[in-house]
Amino acid sequence: MIAFFVKRFFQAVVVMFVISLISFSIQDNLGDPLRELVGQAVSEEERQALRDEMGLNDPFLVQYVRFASKALQGDLGDSYFFKQPAFDVIMKKLPATLELVFGATVIIVLFSVPIGVYSAINPQSWFSKTVMGLSIIGISVPVFLTAIGLIYLFAIELNWLPSYGRGETTQVWGVWETGLFSADGLKHLILPSFTLASIMLPLFIRLIRSEMMEVLQSEYVKFAWAKGISPRRIYFLHALKNTMLPVITVGGVQIGTMVAYTILTETVFQWPGMGFLFLEAVNRVDTPLIVAYLIIVGAIFVVTNTFVDLIYGLVNPTVKLAGRK
Amino acid sequence: MPLLEVSNLEVCFGLRSGAVKALRDVSFTLERGERLGVVGESGAGKSVLGFSILNLLSRPGHISAGSVRFEGKDLATLAPEELRSIRGNRISMIFQDPMMTLNPVLTIGVQMVECLKAHRKISTKDATYIALQKLKQVQMPSPETRLEQYPHELSGGMRQRIVIAIGLLLDPDIIIADEPTTALDVTIQAEIMDLMLNLCEQNNVALILITHDLGVVSQVSQRMLVMYAGRIIEQGPTKEIINDAQHPYTQGLMNALPQMAIPGQKLNQIKGTMPPLQRIPKGCSFNPRCEYVLEVCKHNLPAFTQSGNCQVACHLVAELNQEKLLVKEV
Repeated sequence: MIAFFVKRFFQAVVVMFVISLISFSIQDNLGDPLRELVGQAVSEEERQALRDEMGLNDPFLVQYVRFASKALQGDLGDSYFFKQPAFDVIMKKLPATLELVFGATVIIVLFSVPIGVYSAINPQSWFSKTVMGLSIIGISVPVFLTAIGLIYLFAIELNWLPSYGRGETTQVWGVWETGLFSADGLKHLILPSFTLASIMLPLFIRLIRSEMMEVLQSEYVKFAWAKGISPRRIYFLHALKNTMLPVITVGGVQIGTMVAYTILTETVFQWPGMGFLFLEAVNRVDTPLIVAYLIIVGAIFVVTNTFVDLIYGLVNPTVKLAGRK
Repeated sequence: MPLLEVSNLEVCFGLRSGAVKALRDVSFTLERGERLGVVGESGAGKSVLGFSILNLLSRPGHISAGSVRFEGKDLATLAPEELRSIRGNRISMIFQDPMMTLNPVLTIGVQMVECLKAHRKISTKDATYIALQKLKQVQMPSPETRLEQYPHELSGGMRQRIVIAIGLLLDPDIIIADEPTTALDVTIQAEIMDLMLNLCEQNNVALILITHDLGVVSQVSQRMLVMYAGRIIEQGPTKEIINDAQHPYTQGLMNALPQMAIPGQKLNQIKGTMPPLQRIPKGCSFNPRCEYVLEVCKHNLPAFTQSGNCQVACHLVAELNQEKLLVKEV
């Protein structure tokens, strides 16, 4: 168990090292941070002096080593725009994004499993055929279009749900600013969550359906029928547990991907999360913030994948990790 | 009344290219405690027969005609819940490949206990006790630890023992074993076969053994069916058929056994291959491969003729019998 986590920790370090190197090497191509920082009135000499002072004229390697040695101590640099540590700026926005991803994940799990299982058991029913057709549309419609469509229908025409922002938030444990515990916050969460889920949901329904159909043809499911086990137990224990193995693997990667997809969703819904922040940072050429964002997202990826591997190990007895004998 | 009475069973697979009949006009009976062997080439319909008895055919296969009467109830038309109460309880099945038969993500214990609980009101503790007893019956080494293990932790022979133990859990009246030893190591095959034979004898369980191994059939079964292209072509006491097969196809099978060959010479074989089910020839389905083919074989389906204690579907046998009768009369 400990060996597993140590291994994962080093993996995370390697991943973040590579990400920091990549994001650091592209920063010169993003634009001139000075222009955003000081405006038009400052002369070229002053700009150069400022550049020297900020170390922007140093060779790449020198800059990177300076950044890396600070980063190892937990300092990812200060945001040019916010004049605060980039790490703190992002952490302040992280809860909003995680709540959005959480909302979307809940929607995906709640809908994809029953729909996928039903359409695997009854592939010929009109419901399954409709779902299959709709899922193709769901996969191919871009996120921002889904978002605008949902806003038009539920916020403007029906006026049921708010169209932007997080609404009322409450403080939990002093650090976690959350919208999950107020009716208003939850209401604000619905449309963005569905939008974010809209790309992944059809994918998961199709994945669960096709995996389940394959499992239902297997010898061990046939044997379960021959044993006289109830259909409910066959579908939801014998078949579903095997179906979930590949779904968990894909799901873990997709949850990580969703963190990245939040950029679009957050922008459309003016959701004050880190995706929205990242887009603003790109516009302002706020390089420390961009680099910090990419590194933190990389870390989130590694952490979710570690969790997924742990869960996978619990479901699949042939995988030995996490201290199972 | 026989324990199991299959009459005029027909199984149809509705494919896009049209319906294919995998079984035609199959009739036989099984008495309590009797051991019946079913032999034939691959694709003759042996496995389909096994699955159709419990109405376990997967789509698009289905029973299109005939009946399977178990203690008077027709399993082909029984309601799903009633059918479920018979499956695994009164009639159980042993599958071909033990590597595929057990669910890889559930422990042996779970897979045994659930079967008991599906058919009896019983506590987990009592069910575990019965499962242990059955594991001991199939001579499983250290049965207690097996209950906690997953299938992948066991060898093929051990898994098949577990499948047999599951088959015996509820003391069924009939076990249908579909090539239970084909996927096993040769050294294990005899062991597993002996075990099954002993357990069936001890518990007075009727056995339907589906196999293409004539040696096994001759050792295990009292009666046998020979199948060809979805039909029974010969049935009767195993000894009589093995010693004096009447149907040219059965004779061919016997002659093809390596034991019958003369050392240094090629093994005998039946010319040609079994026709695909979509293109079964008119008349006797064996006629294109038959050495003794008559004109009538190409047009008319042979009916069963009684020959000794056997029933044979062959025009030639029918004619020979006719001649014998005439000779006697003269």
